[in-house]
Amino acid sequence: MNIVVLVKQVPDTWSERKLSDADHTLDRASADAVLDEINERAVEEALLAKEAQGGEVTVVCMGPERANEAIRKALSMGADSAVHVSDEALHGSDAVQTARTLAAAIGTLESVDLVIAGNESTDGRAGAVPAMVAELLGWPQLTYARKLDTDGQSVSIERESDAGVATVEANLPALVSVTEKINEPRYPSFKGIMAAKKKPVSTLSVADVGLSADEVGLGSAPTQVVSSAPAPPKEAGVKVTDEGEGGVQIVEFLSGQKLV
Amino acid sequence: MNASGTRPEFDPYDPLGIDGELSTEQLAIRDSVRALCRDHVTPYVGDWFERGELPGIRDLARELGKLGVLGMHLQGYGCAGMSAVDYGVACEELEACDSGLRSLVSVQGSLAMFAIWRWGSEEHKQQWLPKMAAGEAIGCFGLTEPDHGSDPASMRTWARRDGSDWVLNGRKMWITNGSVADVAVVWARTDEGVRGFVVPTDTPGFSAPEITQKLSLRASVTSELVLDEVRVPDEAALPEAVGLRGPLSCLNEARYGIVWGATGAARNCLEAALDYSRSREQFGKPIAGFQLTQSKLADMAVRVNNGRLLALHLGRRKDAGTLLPQQVSFGKLDNVRGALEVARTARTVLGANGISLEYPVIRHMTNLESVLTYEGTGEMHALTIGQAMTGIPAFRD
Ligand SMILES: Cc1cc2nc3c(=O)[nH]c(=O)nc-3n(C[C@H](O)[C@H](O)[C@H](O)COP(=O)(O)OP(=O)(O)OC[C@H]3O[C@@H](n4cnc5c(N)ncnc54)[C@H](O)[C@@H]3O)c2cc1C
Repeated sequence: MNIVVLVKQVPDTWSERKLSDADHTLDRASADAVLDEINERAVEEALLAKEAQGGEVTVVCMGPERANEAIRKALSMGADSAVHVSDEALHGSDAVQTARTLAAAIGTLESVDLVIAGNESTDGRAGAVPAMVAELLGWPQLTYARKLDTDGQSVSIERESDAGVATVEANLPALVSVTEKINEPRYPSFKGIMAAKKKPVSTLSVADVGLSADEVGLGSAPTQVVSSAPAPPKEAGVKVTDEGEGGVQIVEFLSGQKLV
Repeated sequence: MNASGTRPEFDPYDPLGIDGELSTEQLAIRDSVRALCRDHVTPYVGDWFERGELPGIRDLARELGKLGVLGMHLQGYGCAGMSAVDYGVACEELEACDSGLRSLVSVQGSLAMFAIWRWGSEEHKQQWLPKMAAGEAIGCFGLTEPDHGSDPASMRTWARRDGSDWVLNGRKMWITNGSVADVAVVWARTDEGVRGFVVPTDTPGFSAPEITQKLSLRASVTSELVLDEVRVPDEAALPEAVGLRGPLSCLNEARYGIVWGATGAARNCLEAALDYSRSREQFGKPIAGFQLTQSKLADMAVRVNNGRLLALHLGRRKDAGTLLPQQVSFGKLDNVRGALEVARTARTVLGANGISLEYPVIRHMTNLESVLTYEGTGEMHALTIGQAMTGIPAFRD
């Protein structure tokens, strides 16, 4: 079965992240970039499915040239090939445009059975792209999977949300987005790292995937970031020292916050 | 300035920009080893050290095997076939975590596996190397004896022919991985000279009691090997090695890894001291703001990074096939004593916390005392270099 994994290069969550002052897009130069952790889990899940069912895993990534580091990592983990959509015109694309571009890139591949993505990236956290991609492909979407099973014909997931856990099934082709709980991703092995050097990566422009430059990018984005401000620093918490009244004080605090 | 007119920024953790000398793949190797250590070792190693044990060593060996660390610089038989610099990068990272972890890997890959790979029969290689590379089997390497350390030529453990078998008798001391090993490469004197034997540790007469009361390398298994009429078939002898050049060739491999590893431990001490000095305040300001502290930080940075450059230089020579044993002695001598200096200096920067296992420094510092001694003491390496320089051997009268 042919599996596509959507991956994204994001700023390392351990380093400080900034938006550029000029256009409120991410200042990608200011932080170490890494393969998004959630995408590592998506890659891992694709590799597990491939190991059970056979087939190929293709990584699809939209992002600047630097994003090839994230692609390398996915290939080192064991993915077979990659499609990298990289184009100046993409700068500042929003979730809708990103989904269009990714869906178009998936459209360039032959007979894809399953697309796996992270449920949301650790930088933008819009969490909308997987659903939009499924919609554009006209495929069923199975989101927030904490467990995935496939026999090559259909796919079944455990979908975990605030409302509880549901088992959701669909025939392939389909798109699944996975949560943090899905698995523990493998480390790229040394053999994997060396093999990745020889794996094919096709770099496509916006035109190559059949879109025009004015459909993507900051200028034509349906949504816009108008302003941004750093999150206010955390305020010191309230410390309750129990001198016999501790329980009462905690309840008072909680009711003051309208939590009880 | 580079071609695009931008100047790279100064990185306090890589002041000379040595990472820039490494390939994308080497940086990926480093990241993988670092991630494994971060998830499986670093959070626990202080506790293991305190308790003086390495629980879950088999699982850890399998994790290392999955990554491809074990025997990574060997070709074939399930080994990853990486370059010497690749191997060095991995050793630096392992020892930045703990010298005990690096010792486990060195003994497995450079001593036990290398001995079999270099001097063993095809059957030895087929039987042991794939399992050892995968971490399914653990190996140890028995050369040192209670009464013969720096001078292994005078070893007492001996093997006698009995029909088509060999029978081994004697004792080995300070053997890393001994009590947990599935296979021991044991060096013994024979009528033909020193020979190596591949001894499965379940062979009757073989036992490996663990050495306790160590105050160094506590998160590493160190054992005595007791050989009491251990009978092995003729094929157990390593066919290609007769004389001390067998074990010495293995030691040379492992020492090369230590050249890199020691700088890893030193680097981690420096990082701890640097981070600590920036947040610890005394007399109203961070201790990093005092000239005496800055002098220590600068000296440590010079020591660590000179060591890394030396390691990289030797690694490149090894990959080019031009590395001499005397040059490995040079690296082992200076990088280990340098790492110890750095550890001791870092320890002072941390004040009382410098002696706490909450921080890595004292653990590295005491570990390095073993690293200073094993694989040839500092004195032995000085004598090796001295002999090479003067042409006069000064080991014995
Ligand atoms: C934690 C640990 C793990 C080890 N693991 C292994 C292992 O896996 N396999 C193995 O075979 N061995 C192992 N060893 C043993 C190690 O290799 C020896 O301890 C080392 O070779 C030194 O031998 P020794 O301790 O007998 O010291 P000695 O040889 O007795 O030396 C004592 C001191 O005398 C000095 N000295 C000796 N001869 C001279 C001379 N001619 N001129 C000047 N000074 C001299 C030495 O440099 C040293 O300072 C390990 C040791 C330790 C501590």
